[in-house]
Amino acid sequence: MQEAMKARAKELLADGSVNRVAGWKIGEFSYDITPAIFETAEEIDRDFVYDDFCGANLSKYLISQSRKEGKILVFLKPCDSYSFAQLLKEHRIIRENVYIIGIECYGKADINKIREKGIDGVLGIKESGSSFVIDSIYGEATVPKMDVYAERCLVCKSKKHAVYDELIGEEGDVVPSSRFDKVAELEAMTPDERFEFWRGELSRCIRCNACRNVCPACSCENCVFDNPNSGIANKAAADSFEENMFHIIRAFHVAGRCTDCGECSRVCPQNIPLHLLNRKFIKDINEFYGEYQAGENPDEKAPLTNFTFDDCEPSIVYKRGGNQ
Amino acid sequence: MQVNDNKDFQPTIVAFCCNWCSYAGADLSGTNRLQYPANVKIIRIPCSCRLNPIFILRAFQRGADGVILCGCHPGDCHYTTGNYYARRRMSLLFSMLDYLGIEKERTRVEWVSAAEGAKFAATMNEFVDAVTKLGRNHRLEDLRCKKQ
Ligand code: SF4
Ligand code: SF4
Ligand code: FES
Repeated sequence: MQEAMKARAKELLADGSVNRVAGWKIGEFSYDITPAIFETAEEIDRDFVYDDFCGANLSKYLISQSRKEGKILVFLKPCDSYSFAQLLKEHRIIRENVYIIGIECYGKADINKIREKGIDGVLGIKESGSSFVIDSIYGEATVPKMDVYAERCLVCKSKKHAVYDELIGEEGDVVPSSRFDKVAELEAMTPDERFEFWRGELSRCIRCNACRNVCPACSCENCVFDNPNSGIANKAAADSFEENMFHIIRAFHVAGRCTDCGECSRVCPQNIPLHLLNRKFIKDINEFYGEYQAGENPDEKAPLTNFTFDDCEPSIVYKRGGNQ
Repeated sequence: MQVNDNKDFQPTIVAFCCNWCSYAGADLSGTNRLQYPANVKIIRIPCSCRLNPIFILRAFQRGADGVILCGCHPGDCHYTTGNYYARRRMSLLFSMLDYLGIEKERTRVEWVSAAEGAKFAATMNEFVDAVTKLGRNHRLEDLRCKKQ
């Protein structure tokens, strides 16, 4: 896969169809892969990687990249392509300046889960059937994929690309996903239990803003949280109120636009399950206003910029789930 | 859910009222000498859809125990459709508050027209009662904003 991608990227660079390539390269360690822009075939040969740690979603970078001179090639996994399509729908990306190669994806590994298995000093990862073979300074280890898949890959909603110019690998399908199970589990708890659960999670937040910065939907040029008068601009929370405020508002701002790509939870250094906040909104939107998948259909109106005359009243919230 | 046993507790209620309907409705209930508790603080907004969710959270932060939004009846919005958008936003926001374990009874939306002075007073009385039962807002308070 990696070799096919490299070859195609070099081909497109050579014939002048694109002048830059957005892909991934190894960061400080082999498992911390970072997004990168390549301009020459030499750079691609030297640095370009595509392996089972390439979780990073490249679509957000195209907001600025597509405004630069010339065309850029980007590789998108199925879930990334939903974010791309959603940004396109919001007129944030200049489509003519981007050439998309959709790449097949069977799921990415989560380094934290690998560490939990007692594997340290990771040097590389390969797949083999239903397992990952992990190379480390202590030798090779084989682990079942299911055990170390990133959370979002365990509940992957689609192997089908929302948008692409060409594909490497097989065209997939929308797949059944159990992504709302945990949300339903929380809904079934009492408010006190939920409150405790979320205090336990949100109180760990250090307000690094990584979840906001990585989110393709959270891409306002001026963010409310950068407002020096907001009282909670870019600083660690001094009171539990600030934690709640940041997380409610962050999730609310992406409600109806979040494609559930899972980047927020992936980058959180504190392992806060941010996807559970976003998915709550998605689940509610599906239940209140009909099934909606952000990024899927460019012509469909987003649920929060739309209405019907007989929408439910907010009091529906009191009537639902009689848990007290 | 905590139940309040402090009999002297007077909740602070913030009512965001649309200029074109409920705000006038509040006026009408005043001129008609209908009683509603003095702990309802009215903030006038140009339309129910002006209500940014941050305003609600801010109200709680600064000491509100309950927040109510009053707007024109669906179909009667001065700007035609503002309240339809507000309705969707508030449904989702309230549901999220509930999901975080914050008492959902502390938030409410009510449609009150300029002619419904009596409904305005009744709504406020009822809401103040409901929030009084819940007691002080602890789950969305900011300790730095508390009066000593
Ligand atoms: S938190 Fe809200 S204002 Fe800030 S970038 Fe995200 S969507 Fe924009
Ligand atoms: S990435 Fe995690 S720690 Fe950083 S601001 Fe977001 S939730 Fe908080
Ligand atoms: S003008 Fe009253 S709700 Fe829009």
